[in-house]
This record gives sequence, structure tokens and C-alpha cells, in this order.
Amino acid sequence: MANSMLSKSLALLAGASALALPMTASAHRQWLLPVATNYSDEDPWASVDAAISNDLFFPDHFPLQLGQIKVTAPDGTPGKIEHGVTARYRSSFDVHLTQPGTWKIGTEGFNVMGSFKVDGVEKRVGRRPGPPAGAMGPGAPGGPGGEGRGPGGEGRGPGGPGGEGRPQLETVALDAIPANATDLKLTEAISRNEIFVTRGAPTDGLLKPTGKGLEFAPVTHPDDLVANEPGKFRFLIDGKPAKGLKLTVIPGGKRYRDAEGGYDVITDANGLATVKWTGAGMYWMTITATDNHPATPRATERRMTYTATVEVMAP
Amino acid sequence: MKPSSLLAPVLALAPASAMAGSISIDLPRLNVAEYHRPYVAIWVEGAGIQPRTIAVWYDADHRGDPGTKWLSDLRGWWRVAGRNIGTPPSGMSGATRAPGHHTIPLPADLKPGAYTLKVEAARETGGRELVSVPFTMPKTGGKAAGTGEIGAVAVTLP
Repeated sequence: MANSMLSKSLALLAGASALALPMTASAHRQWLLPVATNYSDEDPWASVDAAISNDLFFPDHFPLQLGQIKVTAPDGTPGKIEHGVTARYRSSFDVHLTQPGTWKIGTEGFNVMGSFKVDGVEKRVGRRPGPPAGAMGPGAPGGPGGEGRGPGGEGRGPGGPGGEGRPQLETVALDAIPANATDLKLTEAISRNEIFVTRGAPTDGLLKPTGKGLEFAPVTHPDDLVANEPGKFRFLIDGKPAKGLKLTVIPGGKRYRDAEGGYDVITDANGLATVKWTGAGMYWMTITATDNHPATPRATERRMTYTATVEVMAP
Repeated sequence: MKPSSLLAPVLALAPASAMAGSISIDLPRLNVAEYHRPYVAIWVEGAGIQPRTIAVWYDADHRGDPGTKWLSDLRGWWRVAGRNIGTPPSGMSGATRAPGHHTIPLPADLKPGAYTLKVEAARETGGRELVSVPFTMPKTGGKAAGTGEIGAVAVTLP
């Protein structure tokens, strides 16, 4: 009797804790992983893996498509990926660091999704197989093989598992929403996922805020992180401090631990997240903000996600 | 390492002037299957100065390749000084050194004050170690020792 009571409450507990897990705990994560972030070589190449998977940095699900990846040299000019290969579970490529300073490598995504009704019939707006080119907006290279996957970290579009039996809604492009549409619910989703690699001394030319959307404005340079010093990262929304946001920090290598070991850091009134590291290694960090200031006409919500992989050195 | 490298010159000990101090560093002889001489950085911090590199011993001609690729393995030095210097100028750089006792002069122009001498070594297929030796100009030297890559380190002041 007591036993069955116990197992029942354990089951309840398990259920409760599953619900309490942060959403990211089960989401597929998009990540880029440089072999190293600081280079002393006079003619260095940075090697990078990129994939989408649950565990960091354990590629077992899907490769990141090379066409999505953009390289920016320290002076702001476009760089390029070389020796790119897309394997079953991950992509790999090199970036020739032809200029000294800090380079940025990453993806940018812009997407509008949601739903509306026309003549009482609900329809969907968004990607789904083969988004129209116009729906991707600037800064979303997409390119061939975009696979309809958002760079935000979700592996799949809305719906997901458990949708069986529901009628398939017609999906239309953003610019094809009819004038007589009602119940319009549109969310603008903007995401960036970046790494920084440095040849010689770090520079901050690529870290200057533009005043648009959710931005990473680090106080501690992302290529100057050491395990015994906290990383200080500011986040801004439209140039103003992003207060009270939750930055989720996850060390790589869960495969060799029992627990994932991730933790959340809340930004203060100045938008500053002060991150203490649990040791040297590669960390994946992500932060999301939602507000009602979308730039897209008729959209009601803006969801902004910033993700970065950083390397923390031993002291 | 080829046997010929054993013939690498041992630093000629310049007779120290009466006022100058010196730094001595022991590089231990390690009984390992594959030994390469360590990269070593020697610098001074403190007394309101920027970290000041005194010497970098590295493989500047690695079979025709500038051996700068591994300078960042001296991660402490690389962070505070190396990456701002770029390729170490010939005045402060020198070839890697064999195990043994090495003595180099302390810069004669250090102003009175508290400093820390840092000696960092990183070895191909081996480990990395950092030894710190506090000292005070102009009178009080200091010593410390590493446990693996670096032996005894001393700052001797006249």
C-alpha cells in the first residue's frame, strides 16, 4: 500500500518536474562549434562544426546547412567558408582568417508565422515546406537546402508530434494574406546564432550594437573568457537595456555527465548578464525576448532569439 | 628533436652590472618517450605597468614554418601580452632551450615597487605550467618552483 502510494507520488513528481523543465531542455538546438577561438598563427584557419541536436555538442540529429552560414571579417566585409562538407549529422568547414582581429560566423533568420481566418476557415502563415523567397527577409541566406528549418533552435516547424488527426491547415505566404482576413495572429521571429574567432588581439568592430532588435553587447569580449572570471554580457533591445531576460547557459559535454548542468542568468536593470562558469570548456548560451514591436505590417508579436557558443579557457 | 639541437647555444651569461637583477629558470629533464623542448614565456606584471614580456623561447623556424601557431598554448601570456605583440620581435624572442639552468637579466629599468615574475611553459605532447614569483624592486627578490614543466624559478636582486 505504502509502496503504491510512494510510486504514485513519484510519478506525480516526475510529471511535475518534466513540466518545470525549461523548454530548451527538450528542444533541438542549433549550434556552431569552433575548434578554438584564439589563434596565434600568422596564417590561421578556424575549423568549425555545425549541427542541430539535443545534446551539446553531440551531433546525432541533423547537420546545419552550409548555405545558412555567413562569415564576417573584422573590418565588416564578408568572409567565406571553405572546405565545407555536410555529413549525415553535422557540417564542417574552415574559415581562413586572412585579417587580424575578431571574426563573426553564424546564421541569421527572419520569419513570420501565425494564422488567420478567411470566411471562417483557419489558415496558416509561415514556412512549412518550401517557404516563398519573400518570406525570408534580409539577412536570411537560406539558400539551397534551407530545408524549411528555422535557425532558432527548433528542429521542426509548428505542429510537431501529437498533431495526428488534426486537419492539415492550408499554409499561405505572408504577402498572400487576403484583405478580408480576420483573427490575424502574426509573429515575427528573428534569430541569430553566432561564434567569434580571433586572430591575434580581439577587436570589437563586429560587436557594436546597431540599435535594432535583440543584440549581444558584451562587456567581456567573447574571445577573452577565463573560467575564474565571470563573463559579462549586455543585451539590448532596439538599443535599450534588455532587463529581466533569462540567459540560458549550457556547458558542452553532457554525454560525460549525469546531468546537463545548464543554468539561467537573469539580466539586470542594465541588461547585463553576469555569467559564472563551472569550468573551462565550450558553452552554448541562448536568450529570447518577446514584445509587441514587430516591424512586419499586421504582425502583433516579435520574438527575438540570440544564441552563441563561447570558449572559456582555463586560468 | 634531432641530436644537433643539443648543440643549441646556452645563453652566454653577460656579466651582470652591479645594479641589475637576474632571473633564473630551471627546465627539468623529463623522462618521456617523445620529448620536445617547451615553449616558454617570461614576463613581469605589477606596479602599475602593462604586462611586460621579457623573453619568449619558441620554435621560430619550425622546419621553415614560423612556429607562431603554438604561441597561444602559452595561454596566460598570450592573453595578457602575446596577442598584443604579434610575432615576438627578435629582441625578446629566442630559440627553445634544452633542459637545465638558464639565467637571463631582469630589465634594469624597472621602477621601485611590487611585481610578479611569471614563467609559463607549454610543451608539445606534454603539459603546461605557470609559475609566479613575487618580488619587490629594488631590494627583495623571490623564488618559487613548478611541479611539472618548470623547476625552480628565482629573481635575484643585488
